[in-house]
This record gives sequence, C-alpha cells and structure tokens, in this order.
Amino acid sequence: MTRPIKYILLILFFILTFQKPSIANNISFEVDKISKNLRCLICQGQSVYDSQSDFALSMKKLIKNKLEDGKSEKQIYLYLKNKYGEWIVYDPEFNKKKFNIMDISIDFIYFWRPINL
Amino acid sequence: MISTHIGYYSLLLGFIISAILLFYSIFYFKKNNQKINQNIFSLLFFQFFSVVISFISLVYSFIISDFSNATVYNNSHSTKPMFYKITGTWGNHEGSLLLWLLVLTLFIFLFIIFSKKQPTKYRFLSIFFQQIIISGFFLFLLLTSNPFNFLFPIPNEGLGLNPILQDPALAIHPPILYLGYVGSSIIFSASLASLVQNNINKEWANHIKKWIQIAWFFLTIGILLGSIWAYYELGWGGFWFWDPVENVSLMPWLCLTALFHTVIVLEKRNLLKSWTIILSIATFTFSMIGTFLVRSGILNSVHTFANDPERGVFILIFLFSLILLSIILFFIYQVNESRLEKNFFLISKETSILINNWFMMYFLSVILIGTTYPIFLEVITNEKISIGPPFFNKLIIPFLILFLIFMALGPNLKWIKDSYKNTKYSRIFLFFVCIFISFYIVKKTSSEILFISILGGAALYLLFITINEFLNRKNNFSQTISHFGFSLFVISILLNSLFSSEFSANMKLGQELVYKKEQIKFLKIKSIDKENYKSIIANFEIKDEKKNITSLYPEIRIYNQPNILTSEADIKTTIFFDKFIVINLLKGEEIFNVRYQTKPFMIWIWISVCLISIGGIFSVLKKN
Amino acid sequence: MKKNIFYLSILLFFTFIFTIFYIGLDKPNFYKPKEVKNKNLEEFISTELFSNKQFNSKDIIQSNNFTLINIWSSWCAPCRSEHAILMNLSKKTDLNIVGLNYKDKKNNAIKFLDELGNPFSKNLIDPDGVISISLGAYGVPESFLLNNQSRIIKKYIGPLTSDNISEIIKITQ
Repeated sequence: MTRPIKYILLILFFILTFQKPSIANNISFEVDKISKNLRCLICQGQSVYDSQSDFALSMKKLIKNKLEDGKSEKQIYLYLKNKYGEWIVYDPEFNKKKFNIMDISIDFIYFWRPINL
Repeated sequence: MISTHIGYYSLLLGFIISAILLFYSIFYFKKNNQKINQNIFSLLFFQFFSVVISFISLVYSFIISDFSNATVYNNSHSTKPMFYKITGTWGNHEGSLLLWLLVLTLFIFLFIIFSKKQPTKYRFLSIFFQQIIISGFFLFLLLTSNPFNFLFPIPNEGLGLNPILQDPALAIHPPILYLGYVGSSIIFSASLASLVQNNINKEWANHIKKWIQIAWFFLTIGILLGSIWAYYELGWGGFWFWDPVENVSLMPWLCLTALFHTVIVLEKRNLLKSWTIILSIATFTFSMIGTFLVRSGILNSVHTFANDPERGVFILIFLFSLILLSIILFFIYQVNESRLEKNFFLISKETSILINNWFMMYFLSVILIGTTYPIFLEVITNEKISIGPPFFNKLIIPFLILFLIFMALGPNLKWIKDSYKNTKYSRIFLFFVCIFISFYIVKKTSSEILFISILGGAALYLLFITINEFLNRKNNFSQTISHFGFSLFVISILLNSLFSSEFSANMKLGQELVYKKEQIKFLKIKSIDKENYKSIIANFEIKDEKKNITSLYPEIRIYNQPNILTSEADIKTTIFFDKFIVINLLKGEEIFNVRYQTKPFMIWIWISVCLISIGGIFSVLKKN
Repeated sequence: MKKNIFYLSILLFFTFIFTIFYIGLDKPNFYKPKEVKNKNLEEFISTELFSNKQFNSKDIIQSNNFTLINIWSSWCAPCRSEHAILMNLSKKTDLNIVGLNYKDKKNNAIKFLDELGNPFSKNLIDPDGVISISLGAYGVPESFLLNNQSRIIKKYIGPLTSDNISEIIKITQ
C-alpha cells in the first residue's frame, strides 16, 4: 500500500468518527444568545446582554418568558423589532431595498486587489 | 494663568515654524541642495521643542488646577488625585490632540535623524509632506479646539473628569496608541516622497520597513491595552465588542499588517511597488478616518467621551484634502512596474504574501462597511440600524479558517518559485489530527460543532507548525513567534467563548447561592470615603468543588464630581481561569445585582497578543 | 481615455463618501424612536397595587372612551416632578388615568402616592418590568394615550409637560 492511500484511509476513519452531538439547549443559554444580539436602547453602545440597566434586566426577563412560551429566536426578534424598530437588533436583515451588504463586501475585495494583478 | 499664555504662544510658534519649514523644504528641494543644512535641522527641533513646552504648560495647568483655563475647568477637579490630574491632560479632546501633535513632531524629527543614508531630495520631500499634516493639526488645534482658552470670571471648581477615565490605563493607553497612529503618518509622507522621487526600490523598502514595524508594534500594544482596559473597567467581562471605536483602531492595524508583509516582497524582489504605496497611504487615511469618526461623534459608541460636529467638519475636509493630494500625486507620478505575471509564480512566497494581503483587505472591507454602513443608510434612507457582533462574526470567522491554513503554509514556501511536489503527506495528516483533537475538545459545547472544530483545528495546525519551525530554526524568529502568537490568540479566544460561564442574580448580604458546583457567598460590605469618591466594597467568597476559597472584592464607586456611579469589577486571574465579579446597586432596594463569570484562558489572550507584538519588535531590532 | 474614466470614477467615489459623511455629521447620534401610529397596545394582566385584585388591561381600556397609561416609579426623580401635572389632569378632567408601577416596592409606592396624591383610577404593578417592555416602553416615566379599542393615539417618552396635557385634553374632548 502506498503512503498516500494509507493517509487517506486514516483521514476517512477520522471523518467517520464524527458523530452528531447532542446539544444541551437550555433556556438561559438561549437568553444569553438572544440578548447579545440586542442593543440596549437607553445605554446606546452596549448590548442588552452586557448592560445592567433596568431596561436590559427587564428585557432579559421578557425574553425568558417568551422562550418559555415556546417562541422561537426569530419570533422574538420580530416581536421586538415591531415594538422598538430595526435599531434594536445588531444583525439587521438586509432586504432588497437596503442593498445586499454581502455583495458590497465582495465588490470591495475586487476593488482592493493589488494593482496589476 | 501664565502657563496658559506660554502654552498658547509656543503653540503659535510651532505653527509658524511649520509654515517656514513648508517653504524651506520645497525651496531647498528645488535648489538641489546636496545636504540637509543645519537650519532645517534646528527648525525641526524647535518645532518639537515648542510643542513640548506647550504640552508641559498644559500639564502644569492641570496640576495646579488652574480653572482659568477652559480645558482644565471642563475636565478636572481640585479633589482629583494628582495622578489623574496629570493623565487627565490627554483624557479630553484638546489635550489628546496636543499629544497627537507632540508625537507628530517627534516622529519627523527622529525620521530626519535616522534617514541620513537616504537621498537628500527624498528627505526634503518627506519633511514637506509631514509638515502639511503637522500644519493641518496645528490649524485644527488653534481654530477649533484650542486647549488654552481663557475663562472669565474664573470658576472656583472644575467639572471633573469622567470617572471611567480615572484609571491607571489612561496614563499609557492613549500615548502608545498614538505612537502607532501617528507612526503611520511618517510612512505616509515618506511613501509620497519616494513616489514623487521615483525612488521606490529595495533600499527604500529596507529603510521604511523599520518605521512600519515600529508603528505596527505600538499600534498592536495600544489596541491590546485598550482591550484590557475595557475588559476590567466597563464591567461586562468582554474584551472586544465590535464597537465603532474599536473597529476604527483595527482598520489601520489591518492595513499596516498588510503593509508589513508587502514591504518584504518589495525589499526582496522589487515587486508590488504601487501596492506598497497604496497601502501606506491607506494606513494613514484610516488613522485619520478613525480620528474623524471618534471625534465627530457621528457614531454611537461606548467609548466616545467627547465630541463636537464642528470639529468633525474640519477633520473631514482635512482628511479628504490629504486623500485628494495623494490620489493626484499617485496619478501624476505613476510607478513603472514590471508586469507581475512574468515575475510571479503560483506557488511561491510572494503569492502567499499576496494571499495574506487579500485576507487583510477582506477583513478591512468588512469592518469598514460594517462601521460606516449605518451612516450611509441613515443619510440616504433616514433609517437607523445597528450593525454589531453577529454581522462581523458571520463574515470574518469563516474566512479565518483558510487564513490560518495559509498562514501555516506560506512562510515555508521559497521565494520566486516553489513546487507542490515538496508537500509532505505528514503535514496533511497532521491537519486532520488537529481537527480531530479540537473536535474532542469542543464536542459538548456548541451547536456549530463541525465548523468550530475545523476552526480550532486550523489554529492548532498553525500552532504545531510554528512550534516545529521554532525548534528547527527554519524561518526567522520574529515571524515564527508572531504567527505562533496568532494561533495561540485564536485558540484562546475560541476556548474563552466556548467555556465562559456566567451567573447573575440579586443577592442580599449574607446570602449564599450555588452555581455549577460553586458556592458563592456574600460576606461583607463596607464603605470608605476616598479623595473624590465614596467607595462601597463588597466581599464575596467563592468555594469550588475542591473547597478552594477565593475572596473577591467588587466595588461600587460614587464619584462626587461629576456625580456618577461606576462599578469596578474584581478579577482573580490564574493560568487557566479568570474569576470576574461585578456588582450593581439596584434602585430602591438594598439588594445588589451580582454578576459572576468564569472566563477561561483570558490571560492567554493577552499573552498571545504580546507574543505577536514581540515578533514585531524583534524585526525592528534585527540587523540586516 | 479608459484611464481618465477610471480616475474620474475614483474622484467621484470619494466625493460621494465626503458628501455622505458631511450630511451624516448633522444627524443626531442619539436614537429617537419613530411615532407609533395605528398600533394596538398589547394586552396584559396585572395586579392592582391597593386591592391586590387581578385585572385585564383590555377590560379597563374598553370601559372608557380614552385611557392614559402612565408608567412611573417611586425611585424615579422625573416622576416626582411629573406627578403634580398628573394630579392636575385628574382634577381637571374625568379622563381614565391608569398607573403602571415599574419595578417598585409596594411600601415605597404607597408612601409616594400618600405623600403626593393619587391621580390614578387603578394602579397596576409591574414588579420585574416585563409588562412595560412588552408595551414598547423605554423607561420611566412614559405615557400612552389610548382609545377604547386599545389603539395607541399618542406616546410620550419622558415626563409629561403642561403642553402635553393640553394636547391630551384637546384630543379627549
């Protein structure tokens, strides 16, 4: 057996040993995850997760309640956007009206390419 | 009183010297002088000296709490400890700009001393371009933000310094960051000068390389210090938030890192000339954009402490005149470059450096767009949106995987031409072993398990490769240690974000809570009156499963001038963990909101960045 | 020719950026929420401060033509100054004013109302602030003027002023 084949077999062995792991999905983990993506409106620069203001503390509680009611992450974002506007989420959805930000980034790579190459 | 006069007039003197130097440098440039004469030399020194005098007199006004000076009145208070009176000098807009100017004049002075081997005409032009920048900043200070304005009647007491800034880090973070920012100005002027002189070649690359490395070193350390400061002061336990002000410091850093690598290609192979010039111009432009975005208050940030739109207009106009100037010069004096296709082979060190540049430019574009996009959208559609961590993480982290792999492979390639036939299968094998190891580490933590194990694997791979290089002394030491530092950096951040745990609860005195096998007990509380604040210090005891007890003393400070409440976290650092605790007063209650976090490998993040910058300083010290 | 167009486009590009930044400087950098129009207030259930009875917001709102919901707290300083204006409003008109006591202690809230008077027909409590957030509030004090269909007619962030009061009187009469 040649060396490359031996290595490929070993690699295959490794890939096969990847199993789908069980994910511990508890609510407080979800609350943290969601609140990291929300801007604390009265403290401007901080996220809800980082802030200790009354607004942020209440917001975290609200998120927890909503999750316990069985709402999904997306539904919660939508709910809050409806109440407070697009400004509250750190990861805005880009629809056609607002240009596609991914496209712009890719255009920029082209723009920045080293000259003459 | 008198110090304010001295400060103002020496600032004015500095500006006049700047005008004279502008004239002289171009005059001698035209006259084909063989040598830089003593006049120019002493003028440069006097300019530096007058800014020093002006700076010292401002510091003096702060020390004696001279409230007839508007800057002192706005940012100081007589009860403030002496240390913060001094550091408070650059803890405000006017003072920090004076510091900026100080560094600018220092750099051109040093540059002229250390560039004696370079062509005279080139040195004259460097002085000329640098003086354009310097005079711009002089005007900025004198017209819009004079630190020496008088107040009448003289107030009895000042308004005090923002308590968040009353921290030892204020003493070193801004000066070091400025050395980095301003260091890029000399690269800017020097590259414009060599562009005009058409003297972009191996020798020039060798000479400018040191300046790039010095600026890069200070910028890295400056960002690191800022990050550490934010970690313990802002009280959220995070060290990087993708906040506009942070992004703005990262942009010139990325540019400078790209330049750091490109200039090596120029030095070794005499290629990528115009690209080097573009990067030099871009680096300084991004430093200026940073100043503009931070100082004008156009963006929302947790780090913005003073802003004024009127100043914004001045920087904006100044910034775009510099851009315009450099674009025009760039088009007039086009670089004749040998076509790259002939000189570039697909598998070579040059290509790998180019790939590095592509990644840097990609990261830069993402950050630039993410930071400025909300401004554009607001102006065009009047809508306000926030772009925060999720956006940057999504667009940057996936590319890190490839970046890490190229970083491991690139340095081992030869200049000019290499071949993939030299590839060792053991290397590929090692890569998969790394992925496998990282898979076992992260197995139970995240939902994006495959992605994270590949990222961790790529970082581990780079780690092993650099260790191997280090042991065999294959590549140069500074490069190996920087790359090693970077892999350690990625690994520590990864482990930190995966294994951080947090606990937040409202606690009364004497209460005890159990969280993940750890007992947290609220033992004591006492209040102490300090010079300019009242401090409430709580004592917590944390008992882990092995009955080890850690005592933590988080603090709440109630400052009197201005009347602001801050929370000071208490952090116990060990090699593997940081225990981070912070308390907040709840309104209308005697209960405290306690936030306790364990942050693994925090210290390794700082160490790894230090290693990265050590690589930079080693290249500076290395003899050719 | 081709090169000239290239240069020109770069210049235009930078001019564009310059203009955007220039205009952007004039924009306020703090966030002002947009007017909420034609939105209904979310229904909520809460306990009354004095009687400890449970109420559904819908029932309270439906029984009157107009309702003013005021979020307040005894620890909030602006609420204290706003209170006199609310008292004035409750004396002048028969508008249904409902208080929502935000993150407060029962004793402190009762003491506050004893001291400064009680303008509220009902005073619902919001001990953890969740109700206020679900209404879309930013902080204390904040007021919503509603019609009997729970529709938000006006929203006032921060303490009410006497101008606001005359506006409210004008709308409700």
